[in-house]
Amino acid sequence: MTDATAVKMGADLPVRIRARKRYGNWVAGAMVVLVVVLVFRSALTNENFSWPAFGRYVFSSTILLGLARTVELAVIAMALSIIAGIVLAVLRQSSNGVLNAVSGAYIWVFRATPLLVLLLLLYNVAALYPTVSLGIPFGPDLFSVATNSVVTVAGAAIIGLTLHEAAYCAEIFRAGLVSVEHGQREAAEALGMPSGLILRRIVLPQAMRAIVPPLTNQFVNVVKTTSIVSVISMSELLHSAQIIYARTYETIPLLLVATFWYLVLTALLTVAQHYVEQYFNRGRAGISAAASRKLSRLALEAGR
Amino acid sequence: MNDVAWSTADVPAVEIRGVHKLYGSLHVLHQVDLVVAPGEVVCLIGPSGSGKSTLLRCINNLEKIQAGLIHVHGGLVGYRRVGRDLVEATQRQRRQARQHIGMVFQQFNLFGHLTLLQNLIEAPIHVQGLPREQAVEQAKALLGRVGLADKHGDYPAQLSGGQQQRVAIARALCMRPKLMLFDEPTSALDPELVGEVLDVMRDLAGNQMTMLVVTHEIGFARQVADTVVFMDQGRIVEHGPAAQVLDSPRQERTRRFLERVR
Repeated sequence: MTDATAVKMGADLPVRIRARKRYGNWVAGAMVVLVVVLVFRSALTNENFSWPAFGRYVFSSTILLGLARTVELAVIAMALSIIAGIVLAVLRQSSNGVLNAVSGAYIWVFRATPLLVLLLLLYNVAALYPTVSLGIPFGPDLFSVATNSVVTVAGAAIIGLTLHEAAYCAEIFRAGLVSVEHGQREAAEALGMPSGLILRRIVLPQAMRAIVPPLTNQFVNVVKTTSIVSVISMSELLHSAQIIYARTYETIPLLLVATFWYLVLTALLTVAQHYVEQYFNRGRAGISAAASRKLSRLALEAGR
Repeated sequence: MNDVAWSTADVPAVEIRGVHKLYGSLHVLHQVDLVVAPGEVVCLIGPSGSGKSTLLRCINNLEKIQAGLIHVHGGLVGYRRVGRDLVEATQRQRRQARQHIGMVFQQFNLFGHLTLLQNLIEAPIHVQGLPREQAVEQAKALLGRVGLADKHGDYPAQLSGGQQQRVAIARALCMRPKLMLFDEPTSALDPELVGEVLDVMRDLAGNQMTMLVVTHEIGFARQVADTVVFMDQGRIVEHGPAAQVLDSPRQERTRRFLERVR
């Protein structure tokens, strides 16, 4: 090894190290664009889609009212299921054998019952129990009302969806709780923290990282599952569309209107998911690959 | 709990009498007796599986015991006496006893979703009811003491292992413990980071903190420990002044172990 070779090699040192050109991306991109253009062209030129009718109904008050009902139903059912799901998941892990078994039985029953069956049962619950009473067990009733005035269509829909989704949420939360390293709980215990506080401030916030993706999945599912509620004549989005096309026979455009709004709702949820995930990722978040490349480049240049 | 006993010097910091611990039929602690005086630094050494970590975890009731009793500053942790028996205490009783026992884990176990400052103020605020400003002030002082004053806004994942362990020690100190338990505090660290953690522990020992340390750092034990306990197969094999146990062990088993780790 002489000085001369070292100098020569120094002269040949590369100035930049560049990423490989990814031609595959361009080819795939071009193909996708072509397919999308073809699909759109066929849909737009095919008169059977009747896009003018789509335009007429997409912002009509009946549809928007149905949309509002769907959102309302999904949000209430989901909020209640999340609360019930957390309680069930905690019970499922409890050292109290009775509570543990109760939670397990609940999850079994309500995952096993098809939602459609559950909704129809609830809708017809008045046939089983004509009145709902509040009273002393084995004693006199203090208060009594007709079941149909309590379990209305909306009531049956919310109760049914919540009972059903809570069972799934319970398992999602349990998976999240289990995913948190046991050492976190031990460290909190060693600091003398009570178990409720440990759950709320140490375990659950870290479990959320594993919980948010499947929970969003569940939420998207609930938004679409609300359409099942149309079987008990709840005027949600799909039912509103059905009411119109039963009258006008414009079936396809109205189904497309409903699909359009389900797409929009799901897109909103996906955006929300991104931000919620970011929040619960704090403390672990790395930076994106692109941002990292840029930072490295700047740092190198500054160093030169 | 008998608060009077906490302050009197003649009550041992830790008193372990005839403790047995079993996992199923596996006997992990066998008739263990150990007394630790206030201010004493005890190093527990021994091969893996000898029960030294389990013994440490029994002291603050992270593990249950099946026989015997453990007093910390004259009080029971996680149990109460009913006649001749011990009965598991309520959660509240156990929490109150634990507050005064700091614990440092091999894997640090810092709360990953909280900044260092939040890690340090969480328990003082929510368990001891310390006002927030006071908790923050104390936390900053302790972070300074372990040499991490400028890092209080960082998350644990942004620190090296050695730094994380120093924060974990500071977090335990925030509860103003009267006893500190260290469960292999340097075993998960890169060799070059061990020193900084041992320095913090040395500083603590110099300030008369009662410490029980499970460790493989024989050099540290020789330098800092008053007493060294050698355990094997769930029993205390040898127990005495650090210099005596480490340099002229009486038991053949101890000698063989020390030859291998040296």
